[in-house]
Amino acid sequence: MRHVYTWGAIAAIVLASTTGDVLVSRAMKQVGDVGRLLREAGLLRVIWRVVSNPDFLLGLLAMATAFFSLLFALSWADVSLVAPASASLTFVANAIAARIFLHERVDHRRWTAALLVAAGVVLLAG
Amino acid sequence: MSFRKWLVLAGVAVFGSVGDCLLSRGMKEVGPLSLAHLSGLFSAIFDPFIVLGILFLLGFFASYTMALSWADLTYVLPASSLGYVLLALMARFLLHEQISLLRWLGILLISAGVGFVTRGPALTHPPQSEECVPEPEASGVRS
Repeated sequence: MRHVYTWGAIAAIVLASTTGDVLVSRAMKQVGDVGRLLREAGLLRVIWRVVSNPDFLLGLLAMATAFFSLLFALSWADVSLVAPASASLTFVANAIAARIFLHERVDHRRWTAALLVAAGVVLLAG
Repeated sequence: MSFRKWLVLAGVAVFGSVGDCLLSRGMKEVGPLSLAHLSGLFSAIFDPFIVLGILFLLGFFASYTMALSWADLTYVLPASSLGYVLLALMARFLLHEQISLLRWLGILLISAGVGFVTRGPALTHPPQSEECVPEPEASGVRS
């Protein structure tokens, strides 16, 4: 039963952090190149433009959800299982979600990168 | 890809890993928290390592959102995972932890993945920003 809770929490982390990353990424594409905006509009305008973006706020909410799911997962299982499992699954989930929702061209190169990094994270924590 | 953009990507990796390192060091000083004694959280907030760690993680979030404003998510994430490598190297050389053969292999895999993705374009889907003039080639147009 504990296993079910742990993997449920890991699934929640992966889902929430992927949602957060996709939303924040979409928000920042709407905001535009921050480096150029900083030169043209100044810091306060840029910050306002970012934090008034609904996608950004939803993304933050999703990231907070991921953080609290992580805390729950950590109370049920060891960090050496939870951290690498959720981090590496998030890399793979992000590659899929970025392709579907952000229309990024996830080619062989990016798939290879996502899988290599995911495998590397597992080994690093093992 | 301009030097400034490389600097932002490096910032994502460095701020993230150093921030985690500082938080971990700080929480070891504070000791385990319990829900019954939430006052422990306050002493955690005033621990210098925690304060510094939070500042670094704010820096991480700033450079992360900045990078996402001109690069794909599937580009920024692998690139920022170099932070894991930095974290392992810091653990080895600053905290004098032992790194097993498997961990060195993990470092190798992550570095290879980062090498793969950074040789491609940073942006594959031009953003449709209402106010900005769209930039057809995001990499290396301006310096």
